Parts: sequence; C-alpha cells; structure tokens
Amino acid sequence: MATAILQQSGTTPGKTPAAKPKTKPNRSFVHGLATNKKALVGMAVMAVFIGLALLAPVLFPGDPSRITAMASLEPDADHWLGTTAKGQDVLALTVHGARSSLLVGLTVGFASTFIGILVGLASAYFGRFIDEALSLVTNVFLLLPGLPLLVILAAFLPPGLGTVILVLIITGWAGSARVLRSQALSIRSKDFVAAAVVSGERAGRIMFREILPNMASIVMGTLLACVVYGIGAQAGLEFLGLGDVSTVSWGNNLFWAGNEGALLTGSWWVFVPSGVCIALVAFALALINYAVDEVTNPRLRKIKTPRPATAETLAPIERSAAK
Amino acid sequence: MRFILRRLGFYLIAFWASITLNFLLPRFMPGDPVSRMFARSQDRMQPEQIEALRKLLGVDDRPIWEQYVDYMHNIFTGQMGVSISRFPTPVTEVISAQIGWTLLLGGTALVIAAVVGNLLGILAAWRRGGAIDSALPPVLVFIGSFPYFWLAMGALYLFGVVLGWFPIRHAFTDGLEPGFTWEFIGDVGAHLVLPALTIVLVSIGGWMLGMRNTMIATNSEDYITMAEAKGLRPGRIMLRYAARNAMLPSVTSFGMGLGFVVGGALLTEVVFAYPGVGYQLLNAVQGLDYPLMQGLFLTITAAVLLANFLVDILYVRLDPRVRSN
Repeated sequence: MATAILQQSGTTPGKTPAAKPKTKPNRSFVHGLATNKKALVGMAVMAVFIGLALLAPVLFPGDPSRITAMASLEPDADHWLGTTAKGQDVLALTVHGARSSLLVGLTVGFASTFIGILVGLASAYFGRFIDEALSLVTNVFLLLPGLPLLVILAAFLPPGLGTVILVLIITGWAGSARVLRSQALSIRSKDFVAAAVVSGERAGRIMFREILPNMASIVMGTLLACVVYGIGAQAGLEFLGLGDVSTVSWGNNLFWAGNEGALLTGSWWVFVPSGVCIALVAFALALINYAVDEVTNPRLRKIKTPRPATAETLAPIERSAAK
Repeated sequence: MRFILRRLGFYLIAFWASITLNFLLPRFMPGDPVSRMFARSQDRMQPEQIEALRKLLGVDDRPIWEQYVDYMHNIFTGQMGVSISRFPTPVTEVISAQIGWTLLLGGTALVIAAVVGNLLGILAAWRRGGAIDSALPPVLVFIGSFPYFWLAMGALYLFGVVLGWFPIRHAFTDGLEPGFTWEFIGDVGAHLVLPALTIVLVSIGGWMLGMRNTMIATNSEDYITMAEAKGLRPGRIMLRYAARNAMLPSVTSFGMGLGFVVGGALLTEVVFAYPGVGYQLLNAVQGLDYPLMQGLFLTITAAVLLANFLVDILYVRLDPRVRSN
C-alpha cells in the first residue's frame, strides 16, 4: 500500500492520474525524498530496525528469553547490554523485541489508516445522512477516553497478540478517519470530481481512483502517525501487563523490567534499551513524515528559511508565501 | 442556544454508547470471564449480592432487552454493585475515595503545563527565530517521542532512587494522619512533584507549539499593525491583542485535557503507585473485579464528556461567531 501511495503522490490535483504518464512526477517525488536529509535519516534508522527485526533469529538464535548468564550483570564484552534479574541477555531481548513491536505497529497503522480511508471517503463522497452517521460514530470514538477503553477491552478479551492488535485498531481508527474525511471533503468539491460524477463513473471508482490519489500525502502522514500510535500504545498496554506476557516485545521487556524491580535495584541497562528503541522509531517516522510534507507541498519546498522547515514551522512559511 | 442543544445531544449519545458498550462487553466476550470471577470469590458473598452482580454482569437467563432496561435503570440510580477486590465496599464508595487524588494530580499537572506552555508559545511566536523559538520545539518533539511511562520510570529512577530527592510511591507517607495540617499538606506536595512533573514534561510541547502556530497567524492581522501604529507598549500588544485572539484553540485543548485528566493519568498513577482512579482501574483489571472496572470506566467517560460540554458552553461565551450561527 505504501508503494502505491508513493507512486501516486506526485500527480497534481485536477488531472485524472490515469491520463498522465506517471514516470515524471514519480521520479521527482522519489528524487525529492532521496535528497531530503530528514527523510534519509529517518529511513536509515527505520532500515536498521527492520533489518535487525528480520535478522534477529540469525543474530541471536534460539529463544531470547532463555536464561544464559548470571542475574543482573552490568554491560560487558559478553553481554553488551548486560542481563536481566532473571539472567536473560538484554541485547537479545531488545533485538527480538523489535519483531513484535514493528509487526504490531505496522499492522495497526495500516489497518487503522485503511478504515480511516474507507470511512473518510464514504463520508465525503455520499454526504448527507451517511456523512452525519459516520461522523457521529467517529466523534464518539474520538471522545471516549482511549487508555481506559484500551484497558477495559484488553481485560475482557482473551489475552494474545491478536487481541492487542484488535484493541489498538478499535481505539486508533477514529483520529485518522476525521483527518481524511476533511481532506476528502475539500477534494470532493473540486470540478474534476463533479466531471467524473457527470460522466457516470461508479462510486467506488470515483472514491478510489479520483479522490484518493489526490490526498496521498495526507494518507501517508496519517499512516505514519498511526504506526507511531500503534507502537507506543502497544508498549503502554504491555507495560501494564495487559498484552501477551509470553511474547518478547519492547513493551513486555519494560513490563518485566518493572516487575523484577530493575529500577529499585539500579539496573538501568534493563529498561533503557527498549525505551530508546521505541523513541528512535517514533522519531524516525516523524522525520519521514516531515520530509513527505516538504516534498509534496510546493510551498514548503521553494521558500528558503533560515531554520530547517519542519511541520511546526509550516504556519510561518505559509504566511511569508502569502505576503 | 441551538449550538448548545446540538452538543448536548451529541454528548448524551456518546454517553449512551459507552453505557451500552459496558453492557455488551461482559455479555458477548468469549471465555465467560464473569463466571471465573464468581468461582474465585463466591464463598465470601451473600446469595443476594451474587444475584445482583449476576444481573449486572449478564449471567442471567432473562431476554437481553429486559436486562438492558434493568441495567440502564441501575446505572442512572447509581447502583453499580459491590467491589470484588475490596469486598464488601460498594463500587461508588471506592471511586469517590480515589477520584480526589486523580483530580489533584491531573489538575495540577494540566494547569501548570497549560499556563507555562502557552506562555512559552506566546514568547516564541512574538520573537520568531529567537532563542525560545529555535531551541525548544525540537527538544520537546524529541521528548514527546519517548513512551510516556518510560520517561516516568526514568524520572523515578533518577530523582527518586539515585538522588533520593522525592518520595517514589503513593500519595502520602504511610501512617501519616490525613488532615489539614502543614505536615500533611507538605508531604502530599512532595509526593506530587515527580508524577506531576513528568506529565508536564511530555504535554508542555503540545501546548507550546499549538499556541505558537495560532499566534503567528494572528500576528499578521491588521489590528496588530494598527496597535503598533498607535504606539502601544509591545507587552500590551503581545498579551492583550495577539495572544488574546489566539487563545481559542488552547481553550478547546484545555477542555480535552480536563477530560483526560481523569483517565489519561493512568500510566503515571501506575508507575508511581499513586492511589487515583487509573491505578484503581488497573488493580480492578488484575483482580478480575468487573463491577469496579465498569464503574470506573463510566465515571471516567462521564468526566470526559462533562468537561467537553463545559468547554462548549464557555466557547459560546468567548466566540461571538458561534453565538450568531
């Protein structure tokens, strides 16, 4: 899905994407990302983590949670990140943890973005009653307190990785639906959509071939935000002991660190790595998000600012462009 | 008035949805968690209490709509059953004993974060490209990337365990008599510092950036130029002209924040074993205390909805555009 979005991103609004050769805008988008420092740093960090996650069984063969050494060893040559209070190798736990955390984060991200796209597009295209109903449901889900709802749902459903994913999707889709709906609404009112309606195109085709490609950069931003949400919320849920405690993931590593009193005994090396990994992934995804913004938004690209243009400096740039 | 009624209707629907969710969850979940709970604690309860809880949680042979009507009736008359883990205290009593601590912790953190964050945002927007504007946002965004509970654990380790500056758990020292004495208030304050500080640290960035971005837009309005031309003092223009007109989004966030004070402090309360509703919710989950869980969730939801409704009313007062429509 991500590649589809990347390919579509360069097409300009107002033209039917199919009618235009895709190679040129496509190349400029890829070129833009490839020359953007933020994107490069972000993608490099993500590549390292995905590589580690894929190579984990090769780098650290066997069950990472088996006991291999003395308990609570400080980092040294044999165990680069020390050992836990049970005597497990922290580095192995951290590298293996990337698998479950990234898997859940990506699954939750793609699924909630997908639901968001469906709801947002249907809302914007059909309008009226369907829009009212879908907006109502979205707003109710946005307003229900997320963390307590997560806890309650996790408590009632049988524990397991599937439950964690399901619960995170239930609490995570509404935010993306709202963002995508408002963007889809503004595109819905454009002339080329009206032309497509008049020429008798089917609803599905208009929604997915006419409207969707023109909001690709917002979809991309939403997707990245949803992945970050998924990774963070999974870690929080597991830290509370409501995940599947038998899997190795960053959240569970932190849960066990708290449970075994790593903080009180001063074993900082047990809880630092997993937290730093989550933060690095979240930060890398945020960087990619800023970069996509810069590349797809011509206003951000052309004007030179003394400071690096990030999302939070978007407003001043728009203003100076308007002057 | 129409606006208020519309919003009220929406909040009522939202509340109805959360009650219905509460009603459906124990009835349609696989594995029958409620029976497990009864098996664990049956011998301690009176037969009529068991009967009442069975009805509340849906271990019941009556048709579902009849259960539903009954459930609604119980909720609105405040009958939420007895807590299992704190048997035989009624759920409402457990919640009212804990909600004060949550309000204290969340309220303090929210007010500090909102005031300081907005002030920083105003200064950053007023001196664009200055020290505050260029140094703080990236740092705050980076801090915001860390999982919240992890930062709390770090603060607990550094300031509580290594340096020993602050107490690390509970809301006050065990054995101290609660009351309005200086000793007790000071003790509560000392216990409040670390949990409140960590919430402020992660939430201040959002306040600052939000305020900064809106105020940059107001800064370019004609009435600012006019105020400058009139020769007003810069401080007055900044606060009374620019910041005042940029406040509205912050008011909305404050309402959201006010609601999430009740539920959002869950992770903080867990890390610091702070005796609020969030900590209690987790305890209820771990102790399979379903009546207490449901009561807590409804209380939290009601608080969120109420706070948002109050902000809507305030909004009508603040923004004439809403009134005229």
